[in-house]
Amino acid sequence: MSGPRPYVRPAETLWWAHPPYLAYTLREATGVAVAGYALVLLAGLVSLASGERAYDAWLDFLKSPWSLALHALFLIGMIVHVWTWFRIMPKTMPRLVIGGRLVPQNWITAVGLAMATAAFIIILLVAEWMQP
Amino acid sequence: MKRSVAPLFWLPFGAGGMLSALTGPALVLITGLAVPTGIGVSPSFMSFARATAFAQHPVGKLILFGVIALFIWHGAERIYLTLRDMHAGGRLALMWICYGIAGALTFVTVAALVIIGF
Repeated sequence: MSGPRPYVRPAETLWWAHPPYLAYTLREATGVAVAGYALVLLAGLVSLASGERAYDAWLDFLKSPWSLALHALFLIGMIVHVWTWFRIMPKTMPRLVIGGRLVPQNWITAVGLAMATAAFIIILLVAEWMQP
Repeated sequence: MKRSVAPLFWLPFGAGGMLSALTGPALVLITGLAVPTGIGVSPSFMSFARATAFAQHPVGKLILFGVIALFIWHGAERIYLTLRDMHAGGRLALMWICYGIAGALTFVTVAALVIIGF
């Protein structure tokens, strides 16, 4: 083929496995934990729709060491997600100005993390209230 | 100019990201760790009868649909963008795979909620 060809900067195939990009890869990998947890819940919902035997089998799966280890990983992924989500938030939202003053980015992160902590406690309280 | 479809997927990505950031850790702790081990939770907390009653209630249905579908769309967007940046495949193919699976699973969620009844 003749004519000018655009310059393509050579990139290492495994660029994402090395710093500083590794931090990006790990942050994006939390999406696997979030979707993976939803898949477990969906499996429970489908088994609930299928009847009591299927649902009890799902509950038994949750008790298996595999499932407990998987959920421990999900929990770590979720916590990393909470941390990174509110660190990115001030960079992705429009600049916040209150009373003519620009709100610093780390304040927005702090408010987000405080909200996440409050939500965590509220959900545990609601679960306690929902106990049979 | 051809319009990009990307913004269509940013809404469920953002909504799912915010919902999972606020509720994810507590939900995983309760349904994945506390209930199976029985630590701090009654053994019948998620029994068939209670889970059915929850899934039949309109509020329960909304919570289940919101959590499952939005978490899936959030994860699908992140997985798609990361695989794209890794050059794991063609852009369009990755898009169809990631969004296609998310769409199919959303349909399964709705179907299960309808079958469980009201």
